Amino acid sequence: MLNIDKLNFSYGDLKVLWDIDLEVNEGEIVTVVGANGAGKSTALKNISRLVKPDSGAISFNGADLTKLESHQVVEQGIVQVPEGRKIFPEMTVRENLRMGSFIQSARKDRDANMERVFKLFPRLKEREKQLGGTMSGGEQQMLAIARGLMANPRLLLMDEPSLGLSPLLVKNIFDIIAEINRQGVTILLVEQNVYQSLRIAHRAYVLETGRVVLTGTGEALLNDEHVKKAFLGM
Amino acid sequence: MTVFLQSLISGILIGGVYALIGIGLTIIFGVMRVINFAHGDIMMIGMYLTYNLFTLAGIDPFVSILVTIPLMFLFGGFLQKLFINRVLGALPQNQILLTIGLGLIMSNTMMLIYTSDYKIISTSYSSSSISVAGISVSEPLAISFIITAAITAMLYWFLIKTDTGQAIRATAQDREAAQLMGINVKRMSIIAFGLGASLAGTAGALISPTYYIFPQIGSTFTLKAFVITVLGGMGSIVGATLGGVVIGIAESVSAVYISSGWKDVVVFVLFLLVLLFKPSGLMGKSRM
Ligand SMILES: Nc1ncnc2c1ncn2[C@@H]1O[C@H](COP(=O)(O)OP(=O)(O)OP(=O)(O)O)[C@@H](O)[C@H]1O
Ligand SMILES: [Mg+2]
Repeated sequence: MLNIDKLNFSYGDLKVLWDIDLEVNEGEIVTVVGANGAGKSTALKNISRLVKPDSGAISFNGADLTKLESHQVVEQGIVQVPEGRKIFPEMTVRENLRMGSFIQSARKDRDANMERVFKLFPRLKEREKQLGGTMSGGEQQMLAIARGLMANPRLLLMDEPSLGLSPLLVKNIFDIIAEINRQGVTILLVEQNVYQSLRIAHRAYVLETGRVVLTGTGEALLNDEHVKKAFLGM
Repeated sequence: MTVFLQSLISGILIGGVYALIGIGLTIIFGVMRVINFAHGDIMMIGMYLTYNLFTLAGIDPFVSILVTIPLMFLFGGFLQKLFINRVLGALPQNQILLTIGLGLIMSNTMMLIYTSDYKIISTSYSSSSISVAGISVSEPLAISFIITAAITAMLYWFLIKTDTGQAIRATAQDREAAQLMGINVKRMSIIAFGLGASLAGTAGALISPTYYIFPQIGSTFTLKAFVITVLGGMGSIVGATLGGVVIGIAESVSAVYISSGWKDVVVFVLFLLVLLFKPSGLMGKSRM
């Protein structure tokens, strides 16, 4: 579904991604784990075309993404739930969700999708009229995910959805991600919570200082010595 | 008391027009984070457009806004697409130079075509007034206020209720997040500048029955728009609406009680006080 081939990227003189190869197949949860500054968010920004790579190919169902603008990537069905949530602060919960379904193909399903995300996150329904900027961190994270779902994504890119959540909520969020995947959405998940994300992932990549150093099934990586030492404190 | 009420009411009426100019500037700033120093000059273009429609085609200034609104929208969109979109990531001083330069080109072009002579549009109602309960207000001012209120209401409706309007606000609140929603932010910027120019041009049309029209009139209004925008909180539309009315009242009341020569001073003193005591503006927030 998504194919990244030898992607290189730099911020000015600082090279951040080196020859990244990555693949996501339809129906999968694929996770990319790595320490702070490894380049995880940068990789997602390249897919969403918020930044332009130095070299390399990115394609989605055969279409060349490197020829598109950010908004066209969304129209292709790739939706990103960004790091730090990026909720529209002066808009209500409902308005934020409405913006999630801005693209033409999602507008007709707006009401149905609104129902669907309210079922997934009943809290949002209660807070419908509250301004996004006044929601708690956890609520904003739910809103960000819900807003992403409003676009009918085929591939959902999620950047550290568990960041800053209480332990109880973290478990909750991962269960919800697995549930979204069961509903038919392919997921590329970037995480620092290595244990939880490997637990739900079909396949995983380990990123270290901008390079893919390890890849395999979620289960295999959970039992990998290097992963255990570097990320799981075992 | 009557004098006070009368100046208060004229202040509110002219404040409505100021609000249009201020809202235009604040929308442009909110979406692009660029201060449009050509704003008053764009308003001036709207005045000349009205002048031409009046003298050449005999179209009443208040009717002519049906032409001015779309034409000025296109003009603004064109400026954005051709010039402003290129400096969005640039240093603030470069953006300032660009908009100042555009303003100079506009005023000098108008000077070449029309010379610096003052032009006036004299309609049958230019100096007539309406009297209600002992308070008399200028008729063109009253008409322009009603039009202003209608335009402002439509603008609010557009920004709050329509997908495109919300997308403009979303772009102002978080440009990157807006892109991730599939919003074409370049297109929204073009629409935003178009709206801003359209509002400024319309304000120009609305005041043209009561003001002298000349190529350099813009700079005063750019400054006024800037004061209004800062007063309301840069980027806040509600703030700019209130700010416009506050400035209108301040000018009008001080013209009566101090002297009309001092009204600009009063406005700037007010401006400085707000900067000192409430730098985030009257509304205390800076987003659309
Ligand atoms: N806008 C930027 N300009 C310059 N350097 C940047 C920029 N954004 C990120 N970087 C650098 O690029 C590297 C990779 O950053 P990135 O945000 O992709 O890391 P990450 O893996 O997402 O980390 P984290 O887990 O902390 O979110 C870091 O060294 C970072 O400092
Ligand atoms: Mg990151």
